[in-house]
Amino acid sequence: MTGDFDSFRDALQAATLRALPGAQRVEGLKRLSAGATLETWSFDAIGTDQGAATSWPLILRRAPGGVRAARTLSLTDEAMLVRALREAGAPVAQVVHILGADDALGDGFLMIRIPGETIPRKILRDAQFDAIRPQLVSQLARIAATLHAADVTGLPPALPVSGVRKTIEDLHARAVSFSEPRPVFELAFRWLDEHAPPEPARPHLVHGDYRHGNVIIGTDGVRAVLDWEIAHLGDPVEDLAWLCLPPWRFGNLDLPAGGLGTRDALLQAYAGASGQVVDPMRFRFWEMVGSLRWGVSCASMLEWFRSGRNRTVERAMIVRRASENEMDLMRLLSGSA
Amino acid sequence: MLDSPNPVEILEVVAAMIRDQLVPQLPPDAVFHARVAANAIDLARRQLQTGDALEAASLERLQQLLGHQGDAPALERELCERIRSGSLTTDSPGLIDHLMACTLAKMSIDQPSYASYRRELDARAAIPHTKE
Repeated sequence: MTGDFDSFRDALQAATLRALPGAQRVEGLKRLSAGATLETWSFDAIGTDQGAATSWPLILRRAPGGVRAARTLSLTDEAMLVRALREAGAPVAQVVHILGADDALGDGFLMIRIPGETIPRKILRDAQFDAIRPQLVSQLARIAATLHAADVTGLPPALPVSGVRKTIEDLHARAVSFSEPRPVFELAFRWLDEHAPPEPARPHLVHGDYRHGNVIIGTDGVRAVLDWEIAHLGDPVEDLAWLCLPPWRFGNLDLPAGGLGTRDALLQAYAGASGQVVDPMRFRFWEMVGSLRWGVSCASMLEWFRSGRNRTVERAMIVRRASENEMDLMRLLSGSA
Repeated sequence: MLDSPNPVEILEVVAAMIRDQLVPQLPPDAVFHARVAANAIDLARRQLQTGDALEAASLERLQQLLGHQGDAPALERELCERIRSGSLTTDSPGLIDHLMACTLAKMSIDQPSYASYRRELDARAAIPHTKE
């Protein structure tokens, strides 16, 4: 393992030196996430810039084998999307290098590390965020409005189109392979079929995973939106409803917008920024989709666990979180939420 | 024939040992995994304690709802098929009640502190149920 790590670090240093003129070495390399197919590493490049000692705080996102789940963007496409959004003025990271074959690091990219917090409980409770916390819902709404207004013709071509019907079909295709019967999911699928709103007038950029954990927040507010791997073109209300899913409220059940504020506050700020008034039934549809999507994702991990692809305690416990989504679906279906 | 302490008692002390004795000594990277392990042991212990009774209650409701006998896996598959085909809907008497009862049963084992579950339990405690 040490040999693997050393050769990885050497390759990363070589790639970093090629990407950043003036960089001389890398330091402080540490792994941030331990995903099965996606790695995130933090490190600093040390060197000189115009004669002065400089360090660049960096993040590497990479898929070592180059293989990702079918529905996600390749990391190269993700990097191109983030670059395009940054050029359009969106709060996203600065990509400094997209890995190529000569980097020998797999698929991935380097970006400047943004200081701040992503851990929900800290954002919701720590005193350092007390002053900014009341502003966060309207900031998240404004940022969503900006992303949704992006000129989609100027974005990389690989973004999949997934509106109302395609989203239901894709979810259903994932759920039919489950080995165990899930009647609550079945009922939710029926409800979605019967309550599907019309497709949006035009496809908008949708982040797809707009929630705590994927937003860097500092004492001055929201600094960047991360993790664009399931971005697509579709219905912008999807992002707003996903932000309000009960699992991301972290105990503040009555503050649906990420445990930070009410749904009305979010939708009013969104309407103010975008000019779009969100239809409550469309919002409810995407809430049902959201709980079903997170439920299907949890339940689908049973196969990963049983097959040995990821036979870990953590994976087993994620499978057993499918039921929390059944709880939220039942509250929607029975009219108690 | 088998001796005591029983599995429930053993799992109880294992989870307590992880939380109270091991976690304070672990490096920060390992604390998260140790907590997940303790939570997993608690889940397994709860299922050992109440799982059989909850499965039996579900089977009884399911037989009533579908109007015939059968084993649980077959009846659950039939339930799914009837929901899919539209012969059972949210308006069908007993369907929502059965699925809600199943979901509450799962949550009591999987994640009894989940906020939506606590809220649903509180709401049910506030409205006396005529059927129970």
